[in-house]
Amino acid sequence: MTETMTSPDLVQWAWAGVLYWLILAFGALLLQKRRGLLTRLVFPLGALGALFIAGVGVAGLMSSASAIILPIGLPDLPFHLRLDALSAFFLVLLGGAAFGVTLYASGYFRDMPAGPLAVLALWYHLFLAGMVTVILADDAYAFMVAWEVMALSSYFLVTTDHDKPEIRRAGFLYLLIAHVGAVSLLLTFGVLQGGHGDYTFNTMRHAEMTPYWASVAYLLALFGFGAKAGLVPMHVWLPEAHPAAPSPVSALMSGVMLKTAIYGLLRVTFDLLNLQIGWWGTLALALGLLTALYGVIFAAVQSDMKRLLAWSSIENIGVILAAFGLTLIFYTDGKGALAALTMTALLYHAVNHAFFKGLLFTGAGSVLHATGERNMDKLGGLMRYMPWTAWLTLIGALAIAGLPPLNGFISEWLLLQAFLLTPGLNQPYLNMVIPVAAASVALAAALAAYVMVKFFGVVFLGNSRSKVVEHAHEASWRERLGMLWLAAGCVLLGLFPAQVISWIEPVVRQLTGQILVNDGNWLMLAPVNAERASYAPLVFFAVVLVTLLLVFIWVRRVYHGRIRRADPWDCGYPEQDARMQDSAEGFGQPIRQIFVSFMRVERDTPDPFSRNPQYHGASLDKLWFIIYEPIAKLAGWLSSQAGRLQHGRIQWYLIYSFATLIFLLVFVTR
Amino acid sequence: MSTGILLQILQTLVAILLAPLLIGWVNQCRAWLQGRSAPPLTQPYRTLKKLFHKDAVIAHNASPLFRFAPYMIFACMALAAGIVPTIANDLPFSPAADAIALVGVFALARVFLALAAMDIGTSFGSLGARREMLVSFLAEPALLMVFFTASLISQSTELPVIVQTLAHKEFVIYPSMAFAAVAFWMISVAENARIPVDNPTTHLELTMIHEAMILEYSARHLALIEWAVALKLFTYSALGIALFLPWGIAPQGELNALPLAVLALLVKMALGGAALSLLEAISAKVRLFRAPEFLGTAFLLGVLGMLIHFLLEV
Repeated sequence: MTETMTSPDLVQWAWAGVLYWLILAFGALLLQKRRGLLTRLVFPLGALGALFIAGVGVAGLMSSASAIILPIGLPDLPFHLRLDALSAFFLVLLGGAAFGVTLYASGYFRDMPAGPLAVLALWYHLFLAGMVTVILADDAYAFMVAWEVMALSSYFLVTTDHDKPEIRRAGFLYLLIAHVGAVSLLLTFGVLQGGHGDYTFNTMRHAEMTPYWASVAYLLALFGFGAKAGLVPMHVWLPEAHPAAPSPVSALMSGVMLKTAIYGLLRVTFDLLNLQIGWWGTLALALGLLTALYGVIFAAVQSDMKRLLAWSSIENIGVILAAFGLTLIFYTDGKGALAALTMTALLYHAVNHAFFKGLLFTGAGSVLHATGERNMDKLGGLMRYMPWTAWLTLIGALAIAGLPPLNGFISEWLLLQAFLLTPGLNQPYLNMVIPVAAASVALAAALAAYVMVKFFGVVFLGNSRSKVVEHAHEASWRERLGMLWLAAGCVLLGLFPAQVISWIEPVVRQLTGQILVNDGNWLMLAPVNAERASYAPLVFFAVVLVTLLLVFIWVRRVYHGRIRRADPWDCGYPEQDARMQDSAEGFGQPIRQIFVSFMRVERDTPDPFSRNPQYHGASLDKLWFIIYEPIAKLAGWLSSQAGRLQHGRIQWYLIYSFATLIFLLVFVTR
Repeated sequence: MSTGILLQILQTLVAILLAPLLIGWVNQCRAWLQGRSAPPLTQPYRTLKKLFHKDAVIAHNASPLFRFAPYMIFACMALAAGIVPTIANDLPFSPAADAIALVGVFALARVFLALAAMDIGTSFGSLGARREMLVSFLAEPALLMVFFTASLISQSTELPVIVQTLAHKEFVIYPSMAFAAVAFWMISVAENARIPVDNPTTHLELTMIHEAMILEYSARHLALIEWAVALKLFTYSALGIALFLPWGIAPQGELNALPLAVLALLVKMALGGAALSLLEAISAKVRLFRAPEFLGTAFLLGVLGMLIHFLLEV
């Protein structure tokens, strides 16, 4: 987009979208008894808001930055809002994914009692408004307020079913880690303002930083945003909280909320900090690859379908972070064109993940709604009961597995191309790291295909493993519409990469100072030049389609289309039942066997003579036991020690106050 | 351009038509090595014809995915055969999909096969799908590493450009390509379900991988899958030739070199097929859980090849 439109009020439109959601949120509270209105009116209106925000984002990508100052909040601390290319891109991502998910939500919540639903609608729209404000914020104060609105509203969304103890526990863990992260962010901004006492982003951009303090700010930001994004080892909340939330909320949290952390990281590293150091990138690359592999390995051994998807989100965040690390490495090494390539891959993967993870979570949500079961070992054969959901979910599964011609393949392809272009970095040790990093990304992508075959195969194919499936019903049409939107996103993002890349060009230019030159045309994607590498998904798709049709017609014409239905082959053993299929755990067994050193495997095998044999098995995250349990124990021990001071007798407390007073008088007032 | 398109279609058709012949040749060689009397070279064609004429028997609970998958798999393999330079290097379609996309095409076909295998819900189907995905999650990145090594040398991921560079540079021995070649051999053996990873002739539940997945298929669906399997072996052989023995492939715009190219291809394929059957005859199938070790070695060799390229050749 070469021509720039001047529209100073775009940011006002974005803010109008936020206000619109706020009105919807509090308006929903008035409809405590009107379920029909809530599902048929409030949520679709919310979805329209998302579409509007996406539109503002698209306009923002094509025009120059605009900013306003809103006199709200504390006196002398107005909200600064700014819409530049980076914010605009994330608005498009948010709006695009949230439109589909909210449309889906309007169908999904159709059976929920009106009272809780009104409260849910409140938090849901607050959550959306909070995320948009995070993206628009242009000072640390507005950013932190919006960040907290986002964290708290999502906490209340996660604990929607708060009568279940495990959900309360998941919510608490989420809240805890979100706030540890938030404290770290607060410190980041404290460092960034560089002693001016002025917390607007504009001051931070111009603050002079020594490399030491810049590194401190970066590390704090990496920790704070990493805690939100699910970076290993701060990932433990994610597989607990995402499955606990209602499915549309899981879709938003995985698809969009994690991206706000990526947004923050990009904002701090490439915009607010005015110097970057190479080892930051190496660190992020290493952590990203670790996260990607760790996430996908654990995704492969899950039996709970939403937990599987949550782990897969960790994997995708890892891939995004690896791209981020590579970008930093190239950028600090003076390889601007390469930095532009990896930045494009990063942004592309972020928007891809918003769409396919949104789609997969909504698909899983429809299954959950239809069967009431999240455990894949109780599902199976759902393709026959809910074909729409199944085929749409299949698109999501193929996309996330990185298969052409869908969207997941594009970002993977761009990232792998970046690895191939690396020779000639100025640090030799980095040249050695790159092949290993490329191998890890390829391994994670291949394992993602394993995970998705497991997910789709166990849930939708085969025979039903329990009675719950027999009463399964197809998703409602509004749910299907939402999923259709997300699936269309996956397909279109996959088929028109050249178009998409020209749209995100301004963002790449803003962050890295260069753009990815597409040597191909609208059909063909060719970073650098067409001799080097090119990929034309539309041609690819057309060829597969034409070949498929030709073969089909040829087989039917030359031979015949006769079909005889029979029982499947039973190996001469007629007592076949559904339990002879692979269970979810069985499908993950090879991965568990190979990567057992990452996990703590717990198994309860029944006694051979048991009348009612019960089997229980779980592959638990070892990091939980290595890092979190000792910390939790320490915190428990410290508080029990502190508890010794409390006797519940007034005399003691008076003595404490008296002693404190004396202490202060002696030491402080001097 | 128009000759290019003609050549493209010609080459794809040659691959599709010759693929069963390669299988026939490998079977014949193996029979000789095992001291059996060999089936005729055209046996795979006869089998395909027989299968196409039969009525398809499909399980009651098969979903549309089950019937769709064979066509999809065949289309993917035909596309793959179209990308890899076999006789000519002038392929107008090849810019649409490079080496990384080729790995993607193989993965797409594999995922559909695995999903179709799980569709009927027999224990064998899901067992085969699981094992296939186990083999592939190591083989796929290893294949990527092999391509990476080749494309680091030729500065491109376009297969025709790689072939052009490797065939027309003065003869230099790349140590990295030696590692890549060994890795590629191990990967092709695994991906094409040959000994020592899988045995194409067995139906023993303890060992089978590929055969377990297609157990429920019959008639035209089975024929398409068998043909796709033959095409896959052909494409992998062509890939091996293109990457490691690229001499003889007709360069861009030289139609006169075509007859020689066809001859070279036939000779190289015949030798490759014979070598494959020889290696199959002298090795034994490994236990399933040794297969990841086998493939892990291939993966490691691939990465080593890339590292060596960075160390010695840049």
